[in-house]
Amino acid sequence: MTDAVARDPTQVTEVATGPAPAGSSRSWTEIGTEIGDRVYTWSIAGFASLVPILLLLIFVAVGVAAWPALRAFGLSFLTSSDWDPVAGHFGAAPAIYGTIVSSILALVVATPLALGVAVFLSEFAPSWLRGPVAFAVDLLAAVPSVIYGLWGIFILIPFLREYLMPFLRDTLHLGVLPLFTGPAYGSSMLAAGLILAIMCLPYISAVTREVLLAVPRSQREAALALGATRWEVIRDAVIPYARSGIIGGIILGLGRALGETMAVTMLIGNRHEISASLFAPGYTMASLIANEFSEATGDMHLAALMAVGFVLLLVTFLVNAIARWLVWQTARER
Amino acid sequence: MKPLSLVFAAAIVVAGCAGSADKAQKDSASGAAPATATSAGGGALTGAGATFPYPIYSKWFTDYAAKTGVKINYQPIGSGGGIRQLQEQTVDFGASDAPMSDDEMSKAKGGPVQHIPTVLGAVCITYNVPEITQPLKLTGDLIADIFLGKVTKWNDSRIAALNKGVALPNRDLVVVHRSDGSGTSYIFTDYLSAVSPAWKTSPGKGKDVSWPAGLGAKGNDGVTGQVKQTPGAIGYVELAYARQNKLPVASLRNAAGQFIAPSIDAVTAAAAGAASKFPPSSDYRVSIVNAPGAQAYPISSFTWILLYKTQPNAEKGKQLLDFLKWALHDGEQTAGSLDYAPLPTPLIARLDSTLATIKVGATP
Repeated sequence: MTDAVARDPTQVTEVATGPAPAGSSRSWTEIGTEIGDRVYTWSIAGFASLVPILLLLIFVAVGVAAWPALRAFGLSFLTSSDWDPVAGHFGAAPAIYGTIVSSILALVVATPLALGVAVFLSEFAPSWLRGPVAFAVDLLAAVPSVIYGLWGIFILIPFLREYLMPFLRDTLHLGVLPLFTGPAYGSSMLAAGLILAIMCLPYISAVTREVLLAVPRSQREAALALGATRWEVIRDAVIPYARSGIIGGIILGLGRALGETMAVTMLIGNRHEISASLFAPGYTMASLIANEFSEATGDMHLAALMAVGFVLLLVTFLVNAIARWLVWQTARER
Repeated sequence: MKPLSLVFAAAIVVAGCAGSADKAQKDSASGAAPATATSAGGGALTGAGATFPYPIYSKWFTDYAAKTGVKINYQPIGSGGGIRQLQEQTVDFGASDAPMSDDEMSKAKGGPVQHIPTVLGAVCITYNVPEITQPLKLTGDLIADIFLGKVTKWNDSRIAALNKGVALPNRDLVVVHRSDGSGTSYIFTDYLSAVSPAWKTSPGKGKDVSWPAGLGAKGNDGVTGQVKQTPGAIGYVELAYARQNKLPVASLRNAAGQFIAPSIDAVTAAAAGAASKFPPSSDYRVSIVNAPGAQAYPISSFTWILLYKTQPNAEKGKQLLDFLKWALHDGEQTAGSLDYAPLPTPLIARLDSTLATIKVGATP
């Protein structure tokens, strides 16, 4: 409606003058307001369209730069593990695999923790505790990623190598699973996944907390009135009500995990290899670009790195689209 | 920060005026007032490239500016970036740790490119084996096999044969290499290709190669951190970085059969040994790994400044040549203070005559 009004000046006149009881002349103030309205509508429409245009331009620019590599390697760019700048063969499968696996690992670890933090803070914590703890969790989001990387190198990796990895593999006998086999160097997919979990936890927990706090009191009271215990109230009345918001928070965390570069580069071991074991080093698309872009001299090497960027954009885009769809589905079910 | 941004602003002003005004800007801050070209004060030369020689270059630029007033603005963006900017003629000179390939030379828009070696760097093998207290001895083909993943234990018979009397532990060897593209990796893989036919076939030499084994870490600091944190680790770092951080380094057997510890003198000796064999027509795009000479350290390399053989701008071309002459004579004296190896004296004399062949073109 507003669009039509803004686009068609004659219609505007009709709308404006139609109901007026007398006189064809309008005051200058009215005309001024109309022009102002139109300028306003058009300018905010322009600002709003800048975002999709920018996104499109990024896709086009990266796609054009990536084209020589995509054309030369075709589908094998996505399936080959052979990344050899000397021979000029480029296959990004390990990096694509690493990006997805490290992000999933991060979500698997972070989501239960973040939900626990959020439920505790919104349902159980006394109000004097809620503020400080929530603040501390939010503060995790403000720590620069290079600091996480340094902490990972000096604290997390020795801990993984000396304690957690031998414990998982030998004490718990999880070594029978392919996930927990091989030598424990420390730098590994597991280290990257854990650091990403810590980095995306505050996003998930902050959103979930706000969503839980927004659940109406009547929802809880109704469940209590039916004789539900406190745990049943949370499980059956509060969390289902907040479900789409919680999924939104998880998606926000996932976005952070997919794109994170610095901390992952410092911990993942940067190896072009797909390994079933989480103890083995891996690679991610973001780390690959960060590592090799500045010294890439050959045209095909540059194009291949751009192609990795293009795939990363596509993966992020797809994941977000799926997430939107999930949120939309859960919202509709209710 | 302020003086730096002024220099930068002046560089932009000069670059902008280069087409129309052939006079240098005397006062860098007030670009609007052209001064006479004969005065000592100069405009700013711009360069870009390798990060490895950046500390010594920036010392040279500071010393040279204090002496002559000619300002040089250098961006350490990496060798690859330096070559690209030189090809596009957006800088007056480039700098690289690896010589340009014939293909890269042919893409330079300003004509033939001259390589001028400035200082020498070297790559050290560092390791973390708590049981080993005396310097480790290694050979090139053994290092290649370790990095190929063929030798996997510290008490391997080949390591033991070189290190008699050292109690080697039964530890896993953990190979650590650079994950980012770097001149250090180029020099290291160039050496491995020279001494090991297996390495030469695959993965070969390059700033990024397809590493057959081990973990990748970012930067000299990343490799050092990973090696220090991992018992049994072996990695490679720049000589200057290893010296400043007092890392344990291995002695390597050179082409003459001697075990040589990495040092500034041993690196200069490698250059002297290699330079004595340069043909008269050498364009200095040469590798000096595994150089002859009893005292030569085998993993040594030049780092180069790149410039066009025909300088398009007379004023800037002359300034650049003057600077390079100064750097090769006065600048070299200070190289050792920052842990860079200076060029051997006979080579400097040859470079002087090479610089004399650079044509300084007519002003546009």
